[in-house]
Amino acid sequence: MIRFENVTKVYARGARPALDRVSLDVERGEFVFLVGASGSGKSTFLRLVMREERASAGKVFVAGKELGTLSSWKVPHLRRQIGAVFQDFRLLPTKSVFENVAFALQVIGKPRHHILTTVPDVLDMVGLAGKEKRRPHELSGGEQQRVAIARAFVNRPSILLADEPTGNLDPTTSLGIMRLLDRINRTGTTVVMATHDDEIVDQMRKRVIELSTGEMVRDQSRGVYGSDR
Amino acid sequence: MRAQFILSEIGIGLRRNLSMTISVVLVTFVCLTFLGAAALLQAQIDKMKDDWYDKVEVSVFLCPANSAAPTCAAGEVTQEQRDDILAALDSPQVAAFVQEIYPESKEQAFEAFQRQFGDQFWASAATAEDMNASLRIKLTDPEQYQVVADVVSGRPGVESVEDQRRLFDNLFLVLDRATWAAGGLAAIMLLAAVLLITTTIRLSALSRKRETGIMRLVGASTLFIQLPFMLEGAIAATLGAALAIGGLWLGVEYLVTDWLGQSVTWIPYVSTADVLTIAPLLVVVAFVLAAISSLVTLSRYTKV
Repeated sequence: MIRFENVTKVYARGARPALDRVSLDVERGEFVFLVGASGSGKSTFLRLVMREERASAGKVFVAGKELGTLSSWKVPHLRRQIGAVFQDFRLLPTKSVFENVAFALQVIGKPRHHILTTVPDVLDMVGLAGKEKRRPHELSGGEQQRVAIARAFVNRPSILLADEPTGNLDPTTSLGIMRLLDRINRTGTTVVMATHDDEIVDQMRKRVIELSTGEMVRDQSRGVYGSDR
Repeated sequence: MRAQFILSEIGIGLRRNLSMTISVVLVTFVCLTFLGAAALLQAQIDKMKDDWYDKVEVSVFLCPANSAAPTCAAGEVTQEQRDDILAALDSPQVAAFVQEIYPESKEQAFEAFQRQFGDQFWASAATAEDMNASLRIKLTDPEQYQVVADVVSGRPGVESVEDQRRLFDNLFLVLDRATWAAGGLAAIMLLAAVLLITTTIRLSALSRKRETGIMRLVGASTLFIQLPFMLEGAIAATLGAALAIGGLWLGVEYLVTDWLGQSVTWIPYVSTADVLTIAPLLVVVAFVLAAISSLVTLSRYTKV
């Protein structure tokens, strides 16, 4: 589903690479934790998959397409196959829960009846049934993240990228979010999650890829957060 | 769904930056009014040229009895000299430019003089002997005055050659300069309009950065993201153009047709029909303004 071949990303000329000759493969339906200290290259990895950045060297393949040669007018189409969730939720404060999720479908031109049937379904799935009319500021952090996940998943993407989705949440709430991501993963969606949360990683026992100063230092199936444990 | 969504986005954008939107409308209005005024002035000049150049003639004044001009040293023009001048005008190199020659005798000139100035006290002393006999030449193309003048001036019996067109040239010069002034102001306002629309679109894009960010994230196409901004600029600019056309229409209707047309009647004036002729031009300029501004701004602020 995602393949990196010797990928290097340098932001400024002469600077240390944010990613340094990283090669890896993520299969369809896998759940992968991306761990490492701040600045280790986790976010760069996700941005490369989204084609928000281009690799300086090497090749990035996502859903069978080589992103280096993908023309920019095809990028929106690529992104419709990828859902993304962030630490800061990125919800629209003036729109209700329903509108926030519907927005993702409106802007890619889905018909009205499709939106009216799909959005309640996905809100039900993330556990927000009955809260459709609330505004983001009326929700708890965990609920806001569920809205963000609903928005990322409403178009049934084949890949879900999560950049520290539990970074702003307490352990109990985080656990709820992880259950949700796990559930989404079991529908066949590939999930790649960048995180600092060692408890979660240790509990879930999924594949762990560790980055350190841009280099991949560990790729372990059913791994834990720290390599020394 | 799409059209409805885009329309609501435009509405939000225009309302959120209401004061900027109004300033874009006003600047475009002023700018296009100047541009339209320049175009109307040119139309006015063309109309007057069309009307007057048909009527103007070249006058070849023949020598009177006592003239100080060197070509009149031999005294009053003789029949022989007159025939000579007419023969020159009939020569192959100028005949093509001459449409018609009307000879005017001293008596006829005196009559015309009396008709025009007979009631003036200073004219009462004049007699037919004070008048010049002349040849009035109607040209096929009034612009070719110089060719004809060169052939006859300096010949014995010709005191002077006068092109009536010269009388209007100063007026046309003034109008022409006014056109340039209006055009220059229009150009400056045009620049101001582009900068202002650019800033407005940029503000609008920045204030909706969160929305456009999410749009990019979920895979909305570039056109879909940028269209509301482009249309916002286009709507504001078109409103400005509409105001400019309305302003020019009122100006021509009340200032030119009703006021000038009533008080100075011998000039053919531009009419509201001319305003409608230049209206599409103004709308196109407004659209191009908005398009240029959008392209410059959006490629930088809503990049995919």
